[in-house]
Amino acid sequence: MEINSVPQDNSTIYNGQKRALYATSQDGEYGVVASSGWDVEEEATMQAVVELERLAEEAYEACVDGVISPLEFHMYSKRLDLLSLSQATGLFQWRIKRHFKPAVFAKLSDKILARYADVMGVTIEMLKQLPKRES
Amino acid sequence: MSVPSKEFTHKHAGHCESGVMSTMLSHHGLLLSEPMAFGLSSALNFAYLPFIKLAGMPLIAYRSMPKAIIKGLQKNLGLKMKIETFSNQLKGQERLDELLAEGKIVGAQTSVFWLPYLPEEMRFHFNGHNLLVYGKQDDVYKISDPVFEDVVEANEKEFLKARFAKGVMAPKGAIYYPTFVPETIDYERVVPKAVKTVAKRMLNTPVPIAGLKGIRTLAKSIRKLESKDRRYARLFLGHIVRMQEEIGTGGAGFRYIYASFLQESGKILANETLLEASEMMTAVGDSWREFALLIAKSIRSKKSETVDFDAIASKLELIADEEAVVYKKLLTAF
Repeated sequence: MEINSVPQDNSTIYNGQKRALYATSQDGEYGVVASSGWDVEEEATMQAVVELERLAEEAYEACVDGVISPLEFHMYSKRLDLLSLSQATGLFQWRIKRHFKPAVFAKLSDKILARYADVMGVTIEMLKQLPKRES
Repeated sequence: MSVPSKEFTHKHAGHCESGVMSTMLSHHGLLLSEPMAFGLSSALNFAYLPFIKLAGMPLIAYRSMPKAIIKGLQKNLGLKMKIETFSNQLKGQERLDELLAEGKIVGAQTSVFWLPYLPEEMRFHFNGHNLLVYGKQDDVYKISDPVFEDVVEANEKEFLKARFAKGVMAPKGAIYYPTFVPETIDYERVVPKAVKTVAKRMLNTPVPIAGLKGIRTLAKSIRKLESKDRRYARLFLGHIVRMQEEIGTGGAGFRYIYASFLQESGKILANETLLEASEMMTAVGDSWREFALLIAKSIRSKKSETVDFDAIASKLELIADEEAVVYKKLLTAF
């Protein structure tokens, strides 16, 4: 890739930052070029972000309907899934799945809740409820 | 306030681990560019592990395992590094502060998700991010993160969270620094060794999950997406692009960094074959970027439109062919 073809698409995901790419000058010399982003990369990143937001939104609705506990919402909103939450907390996936049930979740000890809260970086109080939304 | 015993210069790099090693060794008097750090540790690779899932997606990597650059440089340059991990967070913090107070610059493994200076959209749970800490003022760490243009900061609490994130590849507060740095590099000996390792690995890995065979297996998986759930298929394709471009690779999944390494080596050793291979590798990189563009277009396309999986897979197979020619040439370079 030549220096003048390094994309400078002012990617929103970079938040004004720049990324170092390797590109060649006209006489073929390699060097680092700061890029403000590439649409292609932004597309792929936003796809992953939007998918997690979609899952969080579904979980939010299901929790409002009383079908699941707030835990599943918090999991997706912190960009985790069942596997990574299990790996981070050290709890088996089937146990976490049980905790998605409102009745089971309501009876959880603070000790278990603290394990979730710690890996998500929230307080136990925050974990027990859904964030308020303007509707 | 802790400051380095010697003036510290931050450098913007394509990739975190090679960037940290380049800056760290240069600080200790061994001038080493990022492409050299990447190339001399034989870090170029390809791996596609469908049975290991990351955020619901199979592991796809364009380089060797995390820490492979640190280990590879120790092996090939005679460099000695000390890596410390901690079971106790407070001890991990005290030790880092102690090293900084001695005027050292210290490498650290962190989780991307907890670094406060990262843009929101970039924060995912990846525990293998490397950076350099070069000082501390009150409760704020002065950080040289290679993938950022300028130096950044994080406070004690935030940084502790990033160093002790849990899950896969949990950093356990890992910090590292050199205990012995060689004064010179014997390029005549090291370059051929490092280059041959990569070429042989890419051409000859017998299992269909790594090297060129890994690339071909990924192409097969892409063809199979035809019969899979449409949302999953698009997410899978997007995931490939993210691993190739978003995860700090210097562009085209490290192929450009490697081409830069071949050019630098070719000049030092006055080796014409390496210089030609560098140009070929640049062309390979361009093909990877075209592949990414092809995918982006298909993700962007309307839900009702069908994705041409066959075209995407064929492009990938062409790339594998193209790469094979470069590695075969590299084996004739010495």
